[in-house]
Parts: sequence; C-alpha cells; structure tokens
Amino acid sequence: MEFTKPTIEYATLWPLLVVFGVAVVGVLFEAFLPRERRFVAQSVLAVLGLLVALGGTAYVWTQLDEIRVDGQGVVARGELAAGQTLAVDGPTIFLWGLVLLFSIAGVLLFAERRLEGGVSTFAGQAAALPGSEAEREASTRGLHHTEVYPLLMFAVGGMMLFPTANDLLTMFVALEVLSLPLYLMCGLARRRRLLSQEAALKYFLLGAFSSGFFLYGAALVFGYAGSMQFADISEAVRNGTGNNALLLIGMGLLAVGLLFKVGAVPFQAWTPDVYQGAPTAVTAFMAACTKIAAFGALLRLFYVAFGAERWDWQPMLWVIAILTMLAGAILAAVQTDVKRMLAYSSVAHTGFLLVGVLGVRSAGAVGTDEITALQSVLFYLATYAPATVGTFAIVTLVRDAGGEATAFSKWAGLGQRSPLVAGAFGFLLLSMAGIPLTGGFVGKWSVFTVAMAAGAWPVVLVAIVASIISVFFYVRVILLMFFSDDDTSEVTDAETGWGAGTVTATLERVETAAVTKPSLLTSGTIAVCVLLVVLLGLVPGPILDLAGDAGQFIR
Amino acid sequence: MDSVTPFIVLSSILFTIGAIGVLTRRNAIVVFMCVELMLNACNLALVAFAHQYGNLDGQIAAFFVMVVAAAEVVVGLAIIMTIFRTRRSASVDDASLLKY
Repeated sequence: MEFTKPTIEYATLWPLLVVFGVAVVGVLFEAFLPRERRFVAQSVLAVLGLLVALGGTAYVWTQLDEIRVDGQGVVARGELAAGQTLAVDGPTIFLWGLVLLFSIAGVLLFAERRLEGGVSTFAGQAAALPGSEAEREASTRGLHHTEVYPLLMFAVGGMMLFPTANDLLTMFVALEVLSLPLYLMCGLARRRRLLSQEAALKYFLLGAFSSGFFLYGAALVFGYAGSMQFADISEAVRNGTGNNALLLIGMGLLAVGLLFKVGAVPFQAWTPDVYQGAPTAVTAFMAACTKIAAFGALLRLFYVAFGAERWDWQPMLWVIAILTMLAGAILAAVQTDVKRMLAYSSVAHTGFLLVGVLGVRSAGAVGTDEITALQSVLFYLATYAPATVGTFAIVTLVRDAGGEATAFSKWAGLGQRSPLVAGAFGFLLLSMAGIPLTGGFVGKWSVFTVAMAAGAWPVVLVAIVASIISVFFYVRVILLMFFSDDDTSEVTDAETGWGAGTVTATLERVETAAVTKPSLLTSGTIAVCVLLVVLLGLVPGPILDLAGDAGQFIR
Repeated sequence: MDSVTPFIVLSSILFTIGAIGVLTRRNAIVVFMCVELMLNACNLALVAFAHQYGNLDGQIAAFFVMVVAAAEVVVGLAIIMTIFRTRRSASVDDASLLKY
C-alpha cells in the first residue's frame, strides 16, 4: 500500500482554482484591509474572479480532448484530472458556465446598497443581538458583513466541484464545501433576524443530517465496489459480483443526500423555510446555483456510477418525481407569501427536472437527431436559473416601511403603480409556468419529450397536470398585481355607509408596498435575466445545441 | 467478508442511534451531536471496508470526514450560538416562526 502523488492538470482545472484562490484572497482582505475599503475591494474582487473563471471555462471548453467511438463520431469530450478524482467534460463545463454566470448575478445582488439606504442587505454585525445597543451602533456606523463575498466564492467553488467530482469522497467534500457557506449566509439578514437565524438553523441541522445519509451511502457503496471511483463502481455493478444489498441500500442513501439538496419530496421540508427566511439576495443565488450544481452531481452519480443499475433507480425516481411535482404545485397554490410561493414552485421545478433525469435511455436507443436526457436537463437548468434569479431580484425591490414586503396583500395593485417591474415579474412567472414563447416552455417541452421517448408516459401525464396547476398560481399573482383594485376597502366602507371609509383606506394604502428604485446592480441583473428568458424562448437553438455539443459524461 | 461483518453491524447500529436521536431530541446541540455520531458510524464502516479490501481509500476517506466534521462543528456551533443568544434557548421546537 503506497501513496502515489496525483498530477494536477492545471490547464483544465484553473477556472476552479481561480475561484478558490479568490475566496482565500477574500479572507486575507477581511484580515488586512481597513473596514471602509473592504466593501468595494471584496465585491470587485469577487466579480473579477468570477469573470476570469467564466472566461477560463469558455477557453477550457475549446481545449477539451475529443473522445471518438468508431461509427458514432465524437461522443464526448473531456479528460479525467487530479488522479481521476475530477472529470472535466462537456456537461461539467456547461454547468460551470451556468453556475459562474448566475453567481455573478448573485454578487451583484449582494452588493446592492441603495435599497436599504446605503447599507447592504446583510447584518451590520451578525454576532450582535437583534435590538441591542451593539446592533444599533453597528447600524449607525453603517457596518455590514463583507465576509459574504469570500463565503459566496467558497460556495461557488463547491458548486463547481460538485458536478465535476468523479468519486464519492470528492463529491462528499464538494457537498460540504458548497453547503457550509450557504448555512452561514442564510443567517445574516439585516432585517427579520429571527426568521433569518431560524432559517440558518433549520437548513444547517437538516443539511448535516442529509449529508450523514450521503456519507453512509458512500461507505456502503465503497463496501460493495471496493473503490470510490465512479468508473470502478460502474464496473462492479456491471459484473454484479458484490453484495447486492450493500449496493441497493447505499444507492438509496446517496440518493437521499442528493435529493435533499435539490429539494425533492419527501426531503423538501427545508426549502420553503430557508427560501423565505434567508436574505432574498442569498435565496436568489442559492435557488439557482445549488439546483444547477446538485442536478449536475445527481446526473453524474446515477448515469456514470449506477448507469448499469438503471432498472433499480428509475422506478424510485418515477415515484419521487410524481410526488415532487404534485406536492410542489399544490402547496404553492395555497401560499400567501411571495417568497414561500416561489420556494414551493422551485420544488415543483425540481420535479420537472427529475422527469428529464429519469428519461435516460441506453446510448444506442437514442436517435442522432433526438435530444438526450442529459441535454434536456442541462437546457431546463439554463431556463430555470434566469427566471429564478430574476423573480427573487424583483422581490428585493418591493418594500414597505419594514423592509421587503412579501405578503400577497401588499402586492395587490402593484401593476398599476409600477407597471414595468410588475410586468417583468409577470413575464418571469409566465416563463416558470411554461407558457409558449418563453424559455420555460422550451425547457418543459424538452424534458417531457425525453421522458415520453423513454416510455415514462404516466410521469409525463402527471407533469402536465402539475403544469396546469402551476399556471393557476402563477396567474393568480399576475391577476393580483394588475387587476386587483387598490381601493376596495374604501368602496366597501363607503357602501356600508359607516363613515370611517377614508380612514381605513388611508391605512390600507400605507400598508401596501411600493417598488424602491434600485441601483444599476439589481436593475441590470433583472434586465439580463428577462432578456435571457426571452432569448431562450424565441431562439432556444444555440443553447440547446450547446447542451447537445456537451456530449455525454466521461468515465 | 466475515471478519468485517461485526464492524459493519456496529456501525449501522451507531448510525441508527444517531438518526433516531436527530429525529427525537429537542436540544439543537444534542441533535448536532447525533449528526456527529452518524458521521462517526460512517468512519467506522469506511475503515472496516478498507480493511476488507486491503486498500487505503476508506482510511483516507475517514480522515477527510473528520476534517469535514470539524468544519461543520465550527459553522454549526456558530449558528446555534446566535440562536441561543437571541432566544435564550437552544430548543429546536422554539424556532417555529417559519411554517406551512
């Protein structure tokens, strides 16, 4: 038993290393820069680091080796790096690009300072008790946590590592690297600290619990295959030599860990609480990027390591996808809070993504002009992310005296007061609902097509029903914004002739929220997200082709 | 196989105790300790399987798990501390503002 030193392929891994490097430099900035300079330095450093990594990702894409199979041409591109623990291939690069793009949006939302009147959305001093003298002092001095930028960079690094991991141990470490900073960021809200801290506690305890399951699953699968490498596990599954009970239990436990991260039923309980309690900028980042990373890891684990065991996990995913879509759609329909409604809608989207995941067929069965399951899921992620970031970014704008106003009652008549913002919100919701000519429609069409082709018609049938339910609750918000009358209370009171009508109406009007004018950081992010959704709806071809060019996972 | 079976059985018992503890205990610190027990059960299983296959993968994994568990303690205790300071309680039942 000897250790062999792995070679690190710096030429392909450097975007990942840049992100981690910038995170470490960010920590040093926290230690050595004076407080007043940190905000600008940290946010500029984070954006620059992410841009360099994004450019690097595009460059690495052009440099990837092509893997040819006789008679089929190029089937995949990429290479195994760092002693076969990382697989940098087409899908990895596509997911890196998505994660980096939307984490840049995340940084821009984090850096927004106009909405709170000169300070960011993060607590002045997270350690100070809410309502205490220390907190008031931190607030008057205009302090805020700039640690969120290094935390975000570590989370982004973990998110890039997660779908790249080619063995169970690396995947577990990546899972923790992406989760731990997120737990902390959830608890750093400036307003509504109790909710925010509660969200952090729940996310942390449940997240740690689920990663315990993931790790035990990894240990059992290691016991089955004698190796952590996905290629070896796949080989062992194909030969069927080991103890089958270890494999099945291990696979189930690994699935628990990953399905928790994507927020699938029955592991969705944390989603609404955390999405609602966390600072909205964090929610936007987390909702989009965690889902991208976790679906990438889920796909790689099930397609590469357990691909030969498909008949065992596909029925499980059928049940989970059906439950997730229905529970997400039905629970979203009864919500009265915008953030919570969006959280349940993200649960429903997890279900739709799982419909794409279970649409996998053996490589020979897919025609050359058909889209593959992998391609459809990658494309769905590309349509889901801008819609999510855009909607949560708009939620940060709608405010009243107490900060963000997320109750439906306060959103009534918003379309009459701020038609542009409400229009953008409505458009993004329509895309999430999957109305034609939006990105969401093409995404749903692609995942439903692959599932149909794989013979999963009952799941597709449920998916269509869930889509119809989801149209109902998205349209309800649009109706609320545009067609609900602001002055209903005045009219009813005047009609009943109680004479107190004007007073009630004034109170009502004070209580409804208005759109605060943001700086270019937030408005630019929203504009880009809306533009992306429009483009993906009108000309989905290029991105669909890009997802197709990504090819298959390498092993 | 037989030589490691008792260790795997022990680790599954420890894991189950940890999981039941997470589900039934009310104090956030104790819940967290139960999660740590689950991770240690994983370590035991990893080391036992590594012994069975005669390779170092599982033992190295156990070291990584220890490091990750330590990092988790840092983050977790920080979160539980802030909750305790604001609420004067570390009970997971008290944190119930967010529901339905």
